[in-house]
Amino acid sequence: MEAVESSAAPRVHYLNINYGWKSWLLTTDHKRIALLYLVSITLFFFLGGLFAVLIRIKLLTPGTALVMPETYNKLFTMHGIIMVFFFLIPSIPGVLGNFLIPLMIGARDVAFPRLNLASWYLFNLAGLIMLYTVVNGGVDTGWTFYPPYSSAFANTNVAAAVLAIFIAGFSSILTGLNFVVTIHTMRAPGLTWFRLPLFIWSMYATSIIFILGTPVLAITLLLVGAERLLHIGVFDPAYGGDPILFQHLFWFYSHPAVYIMVLPSMGVISELVPTFARKQIYGYKFVAFSSVAIAVLGFLVWGHHLFVSGQSVYAGMVFSFLSYAVAIPSAVKVFNWTATLHKSSLSFDAPMLYAFGFIGLFTIGGLTGLFVAALGVNVHVHDTYFVIAHFHYIMVGGAVMGYLGGIHYWWPKISGRRYPEGWARLAALIVFVGFNLTFFPQFLLGYMGMPRRYYAYPPEFQTLNVMSTAGASILGVGYVLPLIYLIWSMRYGPAAEANPWPSTGLEWQTTSPPPTNNFEKTPVVTNEPYDFPELARQRASGALKESEQPA
Amino acid sequence: MNEAAVSIKTYAFIFVTLLFLTATTFLVSGVDLGGLNAVAALVIAMVKALLVALFFMHLRYSRPLMMVVVAAGLLWLGIMITLTLGDFLTRGWLTYR
Amino acid sequence: MAQTIAPHFSQVAHQFDSAEQQRDAATLGMWIFLATEVMFFGGLFTTYSVYRALHPLAFAEVSRHLNITLGTINTAVLIASSFTMVLAVYGAQHSRRKMLVLCLVLTMLLGSVFLGIKFYEYYQKFVEHFVPGSAFQFPAPYTREAEMFFSLYFLMTGLHALHMIVGLGLLATLTILAWRGRFSSSYYNPVELSGLYWHFVDLIWIFLYPLLYLIGHHLR
Repeated sequence: MEAVESSAAPRVHYLNINYGWKSWLLTTDHKRIALLYLVSITLFFFLGGLFAVLIRIKLLTPGTALVMPETYNKLFTMHGIIMVFFFLIPSIPGVLGNFLIPLMIGARDVAFPRLNLASWYLFNLAGLIMLYTVVNGGVDTGWTFYPPYSSAFANTNVAAAVLAIFIAGFSSILTGLNFVVTIHTMRAPGLTWFRLPLFIWSMYATSIIFILGTPVLAITLLLVGAERLLHIGVFDPAYGGDPILFQHLFWFYSHPAVYIMVLPSMGVISELVPTFARKQIYGYKFVAFSSVAIAVLGFLVWGHHLFVSGQSVYAGMVFSFLSYAVAIPSAVKVFNWTATLHKSSLSFDAPMLYAFGFIGLFTIGGLTGLFVAALGVNVHVHDTYFVIAHFHYIMVGGAVMGYLGGIHYWWPKISGRRYPEGWARLAALIVFVGFNLTFFPQFLLGYMGMPRRYYAYPPEFQTLNVMSTAGASILGVGYVLPLIYLIWSMRYGPAAEANPWPSTGLEWQTTSPPPTNNFEKTPVVTNEPYDFPELARQRASGALKESEQPA
Repeated sequence: MNEAAVSIKTYAFIFVTLLFLTATTFLVSGVDLGGLNAVAALVIAMVKALLVALFFMHLRYSRPLMMVVVAAGLLWLGIMITLTLGDFLTRGWLTYR
Repeated sequence: MAQTIAPHFSQVAHQFDSAEQQRDAATLGMWIFLATEVMFFGGLFTTYSVYRALHPLAFAEVSRHLNITLGTINTAVLIASSFTMVLAVYGAQHSRRKMLVLCLVLTMLLGSVFLGIKFYEYYQKFVEHFVPGSAFQFPAPYTREAEMFFSLYFLMTGLHALHMIVGLGLLATLTILAWRGRFSSSYYNPVELSGLYWHFVDLIWIFLYPLLYLIGHHLR
């Protein structure tokens, strides 16, 4: 593998090759598109977070507080819609996937760069429609849009909201399509499937879900819209329809969607752990195949959201069994990450702190998933805060931490700057503490019977709710800190080398930031992935020379 | 990309076969075969679809990866229909006394 | 007869290393897009499967109110349009510009005939009060099931028709480009890929026809 390291940032790279709004808004460079996504999803993250703040402030008090009950319904709905469709789903694919996939496979760009830009525009069009929904009074159906309430009875902006999500869905479908074609057809010479970074395997698996699952969400939302606007009955019992059919179709996508949200994060962890343990990943093929297994099995379990809906008991048993099966590949990953840490030389940089957080919190989230997947227990905890805690452990404790870890890890490559390590570690710790204080009490609350999506709750639950809100305020601080210091570092951070950590992988073989076409010449791959012994040998022998990168 | 050029004769033959199969499915559907009517209709439709896919869409002459893509789409559709019907068709099985 | 093509028409985009890689990527991309369309229509097919499984007799009886003659003619028309489409690709593949243009035009013509017949059917249904909504009327005992059947009928054939209209737009663009001599044996992938889309729309109809029109045919 060509190994050239530079201590100085190149004079011309993808950020400064041209200036002006047209060069950004009409770009086809996957790296610039990644940054466009970074801006959009960060805005939505904080908007979704604002709704969360309002929810938690309301829940400080068991009775009437802050907002009307009808408004509270809108708060949790908007929080869910924005966080799921406008932050979690596009975050890692749109930002890290777009930026890294061509770099990691030694390509100049993705297969369809203009389609890539179109994806971003579709995403923002959807976002604008969603913002219109917010200012026009919101939606109050829950992010799950169950009919017949959503189609026949709700008086809120359901049609606009489903239209927004429909459009966002096409943004994701095109992104997934782009990634699959890119990974199949544009790998550098010598880059066989089993030499690919595990992040690529995860993104490939995620893209399969984008491609096969999202269209079903699209048609389902279309049907809800049609029912609402044209007064035809597909799910409405008044017309002989079955509302549970909606739930089947909705969750056929929305369960795999949670794997869309967590698989990329797992891919990030698979990059962080070997780097900061300075060791080959344990069981590369197992981790690679587990990504595909999660994507496939994830499509077979959606009925576990319907256990108490009226679904047949036999279907329930099948879905419960399959839900236990899908836990296995996730566990395989956790075992392999942990085994990689054994007899390693660990360092505790901020990305690794996020990785540790992920491994611990995702494990708790995953294990509690087994609770809810058991038919009997599900009857007790369905629609309680237990479920909310379960999925937030995975989505926030898992997916968001992986996202932040990845942002920090690849920040030198993306921006050409180093972020302040002290602040970053502090922020990671604050996030970890704040997160647990916010969501662990919710396991207890749910188990004791506090229902979700309820405006009021029994007064004996107040203490735990207050703890949860306190945790949320700490968590908020933890999220605002990176926003500040990462932006600060873009101007004042020290310049980053090509391979600052150092790590293996083609993205580290080019400058920080990379030139527009990524590589001076197409790399040829001969190494196995995560070949840290080889990397150490090269650095020790001085084979890696510091040289100026020509423009 | 398929380099094999399919002849016009082959296309014409497939076209005529498709028309023939359309006539067949129309005629068969006019006969009461009970539950077999649905099976026959679907089988004929699948044969027609196979002919269009393999010959008109050049799937027969394409990289195997394209067949994997088609198979995946069909398999996933099958999963969706099967497991959903699995709920609706087994609801009456359990009766409470 | 092979025609010389201006070189910039078959230029390889900067992210690709060769024309072959570009073709492979575009072809794979189109097939994946068709897989997404399978799942998109699939939601409707699933809905149809469920309600037909729950109301088999009602669906069969209601289906008899569709115009089976027009449905069958339309099936033949669409299959013929797939044939002309495949001949268009052949024409492009062999640098026969006139054949390419003629067959594209024929395909569009047949597609338009299909849509014409379809919209006539819709009009008939409207006159018969079979359009779901406040004006819907259907004799007992299957009134509710009939409204469900016709909802599915309009949704499925309507979505299909929408895809056909997009297809016609695609073919119109192709025809203009073909007329200008853009395609030849060295560059005809867009024709091939548009053909894939068109055949896919035909495939959907191959399933819609028996599922919507033929289920009550054996009833007397």
